[in-house]
Amino acid sequence: MNRQELVALLSGILFGLGLAIAQMTDPNKVLNFLDFTGHWDPSLALVMGAALLVAVPGFRFVLRRPAPRWAPAFELPKRRDIDRRLLAGSALFGIGWGICGFCPGPAIVSLSTLSSGALVIVLAMAAGALLHDLVFRRRGAGAVKPMPTPIS
Amino acid sequence: MTETAFTPVSAALGGLLIGSSVVLLLWGNGRIAGISGVFGSTLGRLPRGERGWRGYFLGGLVIGGLLYAAVVGAVGPVMEQAQQLMPAALGAALVGFGTSMGSGCTSGHGICGLSRWSTRSLVATLTFMALGFATVYLTRHFL
Repeated sequence: MNRQELVALLSGILFGLGLAIAQMTDPNKVLNFLDFTGHWDPSLALVMGAALLVAVPGFRFVLRRPAPRWAPAFELPKRRDIDRRLLAGSALFGIGWGICGFCPGPAIVSLSTLSSGALVIVLAMAAGALLHDLVFRRRGAGAVKPMPTPIS
Repeated sequence: MTETAFTPVSAALGGLLIGSSVVLLLWGNGRIAGISGVFGSTLGRLPRGERGWRGYFLGGLVIGGLLYAAVVGAVGPVMEQAQQLMPAALGAALVGFGTSMGSGCTSGHGICGLSRWSTRSLVATLTFMALGFATVYLTRHFL
């Protein structure tokens, strides 16, 4: 394991623990957040708010540095335009999220239950992503650019 | 419908950990912790050196869940009956399709994107939130 992989592992563990502690892995809590008319549970808003409380100043601080600690450059999305794909894709995601109560993070964390239900959810998510790429032919070599220089 | 209580303390604590996680990945590796993007890109071919960290990040998510399970109890509940699981799987497929098409989910757009003051991410977040609200309203009151 190199240093980048160690950072990624620790980041993943923190994220997974955060989702678990916040009970965002409980689809009922997510669906009850999305239901103003029922027994509204505002927890999800507080999770995002607390995450932003750390990430907004954190990103500002980190992005002032010339480069990340263990990589040659920051890899940030460059697009600024609001296009149809962004809108339609986000809309479809919202509909799916409202149906199942899982966004990708909590679904993957749920694999820790080793339950067939969690596996079905993650496989269905993968199938949807692959179907998208089959339809729009975007996956494969070149979809993700290689790093400028190799990291040891 | 299962009622859930507002849990401000655990929500805030979990949120702080999630915020720390995305800052750590940007600080160390210069990467955005967008889970749909990390997950989706591992399903296809990747250049050399691009797969490893993604695998560790996704593995870390599961380990986070296992650590929580060891101390508190298993995360979830996860539905097991086909009656619940069939519509949920359809929803999950839409989540996979939509996050690929819209280049992000709750983490990539909702947390990282908003933290970079990205207008694209703000529009995406407002869109999936609005459709999430509308979908739950329709399924709970008309179906």
